[in-house]
Amino acid sequence: MTREATFNGFVSLALLLFPLWAWWADEPFMITLATKVAILGLAGVGLNIALGLGGLVSLGHAAFFGIGGYAMGILASHAQSYAPLMEWPFLIEGTKSMPIIWIVALIASAVAALLIGALSLRTSGVYFIMITLAFGQMLYYFAISWSAYGGEDGLSIYVRNGFPGMNTLDPIQFFIIAYVLLMIAILFASRLARSAFGLALNAARQTPVRAETVGIVPYRLQLVAFTLSGAITGLAGALFADLNRFVSPTMLSWQTSGEIMVFLILGGTARLFGPVVGAAVFIILEEILGDFSDYWHIHLGVLLLLIVLFARGGIIGLVAGEEKRHA
Amino acid sequence: MSFLLFVEQLLNGLQFGVMLFLTAAGLTLVFGVMGLINLAHGSLIMVGAFAAATVSAATGSYLLAIAASIVGAAAAGAIIEMLVIRRLYKRDHLDQVLATFALILIFSEGTRYVFGSFPLYLNIPPYLAGPVTLPGGIEYPLYRLTIIVVGLLIAAGLFLLIARTRIGIQIRAGESDREMIAALGVDISRLYTLVFALGAGLAGLAGAMIGAIQSVQVGMGEPILILAFVVIVIGGIGSIKGALIGSILVGVTDTMGGILLPAFFRLFMDNSAAMSTGSALATMSIYILMALVLILKPSGLYGGKA
Amino acid sequence: MHDPVLSVRNVSKSFGALKASKDVTLDLLPGEIHALIGPNGAGKSTLIQQIAGGLKPDSGSIHFLGRNVTGLSTVERARLGLGRTFQISALAMEDTVLQNAMLGALGAHGRTYRFWQPVLRNRDLREIAEQALERVGLTDRADMRTSDLSHGQRRQLEVAVAMTLHPRAFIMDEPMAGLGASGSKSLTEFLDQLRHEAPILLVEHDMDAVFALADRISVLVYGEVIATGTVDEIRANPEVRRAYLGDDA
Repeated sequence: MTREATFNGFVSLALLLFPLWAWWADEPFMITLATKVAILGLAGVGLNIALGLGGLVSLGHAAFFGIGGYAMGILASHAQSYAPLMEWPFLIEGTKSMPIIWIVALIASAVAALLIGALSLRTSGVYFIMITLAFGQMLYYFAISWSAYGGEDGLSIYVRNGFPGMNTLDPIQFFIIAYVLLMIAILFASRLARSAFGLALNAARQTPVRAETVGIVPYRLQLVAFTLSGAITGLAGALFADLNRFVSPTMLSWQTSGEIMVFLILGGTARLFGPVVGAAVFIILEEILGDFSDYWHIHLGVLLLLIVLFARGGIIGLVAGEEKRHA
Repeated sequence: MSFLLFVEQLLNGLQFGVMLFLTAAGLTLVFGVMGLINLAHGSLIMVGAFAAATVSAATGSYLLAIAASIVGAAAAGAIIEMLVIRRLYKRDHLDQVLATFALILIFSEGTRYVFGSFPLYLNIPPYLAGPVTLPGGIEYPLYRLTIIVVGLLIAAGLFLLIARTRIGIQIRAGESDREMIAALGVDISRLYTLVFALGAGLAGLAGAMIGAIQSVQVGMGEPILILAFVVIVIGGIGSIKGALIGSILVGVTDTMGGILLPAFFRLFMDNSAAMSTGSALATMSIYILMALVLILKPSGLYGGKA
Repeated sequence: MHDPVLSVRNVSKSFGALKASKDVTLDLLPGEIHALIGPNGAGKSTLIQQIAGGLKPDSGSIHFLGRNVTGLSTVERARLGLGRTFQISALAMEDTVLQNAMLGALGAHGRTYRFWQPVLRNRDLREIAEQALERVGLTDRADMRTSDLSHGQRRQLEVAVAMTLHPRAFIMDEPMAGLGASGSKSLTEFLDQLRHEAPILLVEHDMDAVFALADRISVLVYGEVIATGTVDEIRANPEVRRAYLGDDA
């Protein structure tokens, strides 16, 4: 086993054992922190497919995160007010069922990613960054002006949505749900990286002209990758909204996009567990630094700057050695 | 809608566009010459606005405040160029994005630390306050008109600078062939610092001008920055002309969309539904404009190859 | 006489005032190596790009296997069986040698959109890739990172990737560039055999290789084909001598 694989095993175990300890010690807040790490890590695993594997520097992934969040918020708010979403041409009612919400979140964010990707991928490099950022901002402003669903104030959901056979109000049970989804997504990402698609996508990032000369269309590969990526981040958004029982335009803001990207770089770009490690470090810093300074973002900024300038492999790079990063 | 209102909104759009141009010009120059995407450009807008507000509060002079905004932002630009940015020229775009995102965090929180979270206000000086009457009997705020005129003058000055002066020649050479101008003995790292500071100064000026219309607060720069990105995507990267045309297109689309779309929907909807549908669509109008440009001309109106 | 596999008919291309291709007509016959030579800046790369699909000619047409492919993209031409190697290696440097070869096999056989099975365990694709590596002599390097290969080995891998397509014609852009004497010699021997599988349009500066390999040579000067003929005919052609006088090629 490589050092990275050992480290990954350690991370998955630690992320599971920590909340179990907190549960035993009756520290529900600690469980919530671990749940947050799992969910934000999931959002990062989504972005990592586009960015790490595909080399697509998307600064608009908050759009998908937020769409997932609003999928949850809209469905659940209709369910709690017993008002159907629409009655014509057919009846659509709200729901408080997590699995259904997840499917809607996955589909809605995949469709959004397909549309945004289809336009943005007509360009590349710095254009791509600016365009994904701009489309993200478009949805942000749209959510603010969409008064039917809370506008700037967002939507509150009184009771967390349900999952068959589980009590989702119990923090540890909700954590388990998030953790299992994270692990499934990581498994998928690792299979994807080694699949035919992953090989082609990875090659198209490094040498698009070669891909074309062997009969592979980079645009199509990248669009599929971007769509998958957006869908996974959207699923994370639905969970995040469920964790907070609240969704607002903040989830769609460009800062959110930046933060998801920061998880990747803190942990190590294109590393399987990079986003999880990055999200964990981010949450830990927020808790520790946030305790003694209201201005902890300065420290985060300096740390991020140092990592970008001097430790390009991120934390996993420091632990596992061998620089492995792209874009 | 009356003709007067239409013209007034058109002027507002122009004024907004000119403001965007001041931001976009620096971004596009820095990208064209150094190949760098700078997210922290929005922070320089904020720095300019805060410098202006501080000097204005201390001296009461608007002109000094404007000068402070340019000098302050240019100095901040030169400092970050020398400390951080110049290490990024040879890095990939991801590193540039992350490092300049880190700079945003530092600038925003630093400013919050120094000035607090409450917005500051920058007053329009008495000699620019109040309306003027334009030909055709249109009353329009003098301050906004001044912004339009000053912005257009700066645009003209920038064109002259790039087309006619020695530094302009170096900038153009830097866009096409970096090794060449180094070989010609131009101090390239000084040129880069200069270009970066120039862009920063323009952003600072934009900050001071906006600050007097809105308020001066942390995070004021980024929404403008993102619109400036839209401008660059529309105009084509590295092109000052594209930045000007794109800015005005975006500025006018944004303000006109805000009144025309609700009016349009009022034709077949009730008032409040038209208002909410119209204004929701209006917030999206410039992005739809960007999408159209991407479909028709992916490299922008005046861009080379994407 | 067989029908040409690839034929370029009256192709012209300008960039502003610069005429990069002037009414170029060129055939690639079954089983032959047709060398395209010419001084630097003669428009060889532009012509190759038009044949491969990266650039559209302003006028004229390109036919491949009897089909007009002028309007087809690089990808479509590759799928028809046009194999190409690049002057400057276009390989996935972070990937292993085997992975690069697998990429060709993958594209050629339309198996790109598989998301779950590890591609290296696909026996069919792997066999195609390994065969190609074996033929260029890279079998023992299969698991090496491509960036760790020597320059010569990268050139070999370029050829191997093109071979995984089982192409009907090869276009090779300076495959000998930067190879030492022994490297050129072994690649020359290899191409000599390869021509029986598919004809090769060979752009090359190494005149020893050209004269040793080519069945026919076309000379491109200022975007124009000034002569086409056998090695001996080209050697004797006064126009060619004039064009090359003083040129180090």
